[in-house]
Amino acid sequence: MRIPKLLQAVLVLAGVYFGFIVVFDVILEAVIPSSLLVMYMFFVTAGVFMVFTYDEEGTRELVAPIKALVEDPSKRVWRNIVFVIVPLAAGAGTYVQMQPSFEAPLELRTIHPAPPTTAKIYGKRVNLLKLENPFRKLEKEDPEQFRELVEEGAAVYIQNCQYCHGDKLDGNGPYAAGLNPTPLNFQDVGTIAQLQESYLFWRIATGGPGLPKEAAPWISSMPVWQNFLKEDEIWKTILFLYDYTGHSPRTWGNE
Amino acid sequence: MNRPLPKFGIGLALAAAALTFTGVEQLGALAAEHGEAAARLYPPAPKLSAADYPSIAGVNSRVAVWIFAQLHLWFAAFVLAVPIFVFIIEAIGMRTRDKRYDDMAYEFIKVSITAYSLTAILGGMLLFSLILFYPHLFSYLSTIFRESMFYYALLFFAESAALYIYYYGWHWLQGGFRKWVHLTLGLVLNAVGTTIMLLANAWLTFMMSPAGVDGAGVFSGDAWAAIHNFLWNPINIHRFVANIAYGGSIVGAYAAFKFLTASGPRERAHYDWMGYNANFIAICALLPLPFAGYYLAAEIYAYSQQMGITLMGGIFAWLFIIQAVLIGTLFLSANYYLWCGMGRSDGAKRYTKYIKYIAIVLVGAFLVWFTPHTLVLTNEELKALGGPHHKILGPLGIMPAKNTAVNVMIIFTALSFMFYRRANKVATVPWVKAGNAIQVALYAAGIANILFLGIYHGYFTNTVYKVAASIPQVLTTLVVIAGSIALDSFIYRGGKEVGPLHWGRIPERAQYALFLLAVAFTWLMGLMGYIRSGIRQHWHVLDIMRDASPDAFTPTLGYAANVVSVAAIIFMAMVIFVFWIAQVSSDKTLPAGYWKD
Repeated sequence: MRIPKLLQAVLVLAGVYFGFIVVFDVILEAVIPSSLLVMYMFFVTAGVFMVFTYDEEGTRELVAPIKALVEDPSKRVWRNIVFVIVPLAAGAGTYVQMQPSFEAPLELRTIHPAPPTTAKIYGKRVNLLKLENPFRKLEKEDPEQFRELVEEGAAVYIQNCQYCHGDKLDGNGPYAAGLNPTPLNFQDVGTIAQLQESYLFWRIATGGPGLPKEAAPWISSMPVWQNFLKEDEIWKTILFLYDYTGHSPRTWGNE
Repeated sequence: MNRPLPKFGIGLALAAAALTFTGVEQLGALAAEHGEAAARLYPPAPKLSAADYPSIAGVNSRVAVWIFAQLHLWFAAFVLAVPIFVFIIEAIGMRTRDKRYDDMAYEFIKVSITAYSLTAILGGMLLFSLILFYPHLFSYLSTIFRESMFYYALLFFAESAALYIYYYGWHWLQGGFRKWVHLTLGLVLNAVGTTIMLLANAWLTFMMSPAGVDGAGVFSGDAWAAIHNFLWNPINIHRFVANIAYGGSIVGAYAAFKFLTASGPRERAHYDWMGYNANFIAICALLPLPFAGYYLAAEIYAYSQQMGITLMGGIFAWLFIIQAVLIGTLFLSANYYLWCGMGRSDGAKRYTKYIKYIAIVLVGAFLVWFTPHTLVLTNEELKALGGPHHKILGPLGIMPAKNTAVNVMIIFTALSFMFYRRANKVATVPWVKAGNAIQVALYAAGIANILFLGIYHGYFTNTVYKVAASIPQVLTTLVVIAGSIALDSFIYRGGKEVGPLHWGRIPERAQYALFLLAVAFTWLMGLMGYIRSGIRQHWHVLDIMRDASPDAFTPTLGYAANVVSVAAIIFMAMVIFVFWIAQVSSDKTLPAGYWKD
């Protein structure tokens, strides 16, 4: 038996919806955010209706059951049932959506706050557009010394940073569960791999209080590390962050 | 001794250089020579306080300038885009000797006449509001750009002259040499219009990436350096390509409007044909547009890490998601229109079975295209994920995934178009099977290469290669498109037609896809224009002249989207007026007994 087009469309949409949930939530064990699922389903629905309505024949077949329900005198009973159920369902949906809850409101968090052009760090005004890691050139010039610096950076990291950012640099340190938002995961390709070293230097040295006035208020419990670490220690830690994760800092020249 | 260059000379040279893109170095050298002496003549950028911004009749100065600038820009894009479109159509008409093209081109230049005066009125409003509300900013900019502003104004005479002769001389300059003269006039009109745009682009890009001034904003006297600033060419390229696509979409909307109100099958056929051609040109320009946009964004990032991050990772990141949704909408509606249009041919059935697969790929790529970098998570979801990082969706939020997705969307849009073209043809060459196999191999190899470049260079190399990999991705896409068109032209050489195309045999909902295309374009331009301007944040001229007005703060995303949306609605209303007035001009009433015999 051939499945009517309207039912086909509904089945496809239901299949995609539950497919997303099964694949993400069950198989991959990484829940799909409900906000994103709504956006995804909106455009999947648009795509499905585009395919079902690009010709007259398909469109007629798709809307025929709806048309019949509204116009066909023999479907009076069904029509009345649907006409009662649809507004009730819409009302129930609205009620559930509008009902006050104890859930904290959703937040549009900015992962990368934009750095200022210049910042006062260690008592000096530095231009973040031009600032470079003084040790980076040793990666090629003196690989042995570079390795030593990376190890020194690792020691600084383990003594100071891993409590929040984790010993695997995945943002999952022992204190991470107590913080909201949770510390940044440096393994993620969307964090330090996207940034220049000067950005990391600014962010580490000036911490949460150094975040820009724009788009305030910020939520960051990052300490102002220039009060606790030496300038060289921050640069060495940055070497370690990139070395351990295997990412390269953002640059504009070739290697 | 340094010889001062006459101001008139600089301005004229500027206009010529902008027009032809030649003589650039010569002009730069002359201006630099002139620069040292001139530097002493120019004041630094003023340091302002809130008292320096006049308050007039309780008007919100930022919103006033914003809306006038946006409306002016939309109309400017319209009057620049339509003549480009008209020129192309007229040239096609001359090549094919099909008078329908000539009639369509004329119909459109008529529409742009009304839009032209509205552009000028809105330009005047923008100028007045800038002078009244931001006098110090205008004064500073006009010190630097005095020559180019003067010649900008003069160029309007040239544009008006070219436009009026082009329009009013349309029926006079017909046939043989006269037609060539007319087409040349169209070229002059477009060259002047483009020069005007390039000059205005220089002023706005100077505000983002100032050049020719020192740290205090003292102008060196080198006008070319100020014009040829870091972001000038990226904006020029992006706007030029976008204007062609925008022109196509507006013309498409006009055709859709006329199709839906057509009184008979003949008229429907005409406007269906017009809508198809407009959509075709819009798609052709739409295909390279994401690359031009990516180039602009990469250059903004290269110029200033701060602006780059504000743009795509910072506070404007969510407007970029809206942008992604709108661009995806453009691709979906353009494809839908093509699929609906296949109904014009009796041979389309052979290809319509592939539409659902194209749709699956397009929607899949679209979902990747708009997956945000920063996910909006409920507390429950945060807990379930163990943090804001999502191991699957996180990597889809960054540019390599987006570039890959958009290239795939472009290739499949080209495939839709190829099926549309094939729908009414039957190949007669003996090697048709081999030809089709090569086509499949070309598409498969191209997509594999795009995926490899996106995944390998996007995630396993550093940012230099990550950004650079977008170029071979684009080239792959272009090679696939050009290669498949070329191959198809050989496969169908001497082929048979299934039957005549049934112009007008297209569902009415396809016309709404054309409306959607124009509306999405307009809204997109407004939102992205705001972002481009807004990433300067509290600077009039980045890092040189600070905005000290009460409105120096960056508004919330919702507020900005509302302003842009209101402006878009005003613009749409004005465009409908322009369409209506073009229709009224051809209506005639014969009042019985009113005039003496």
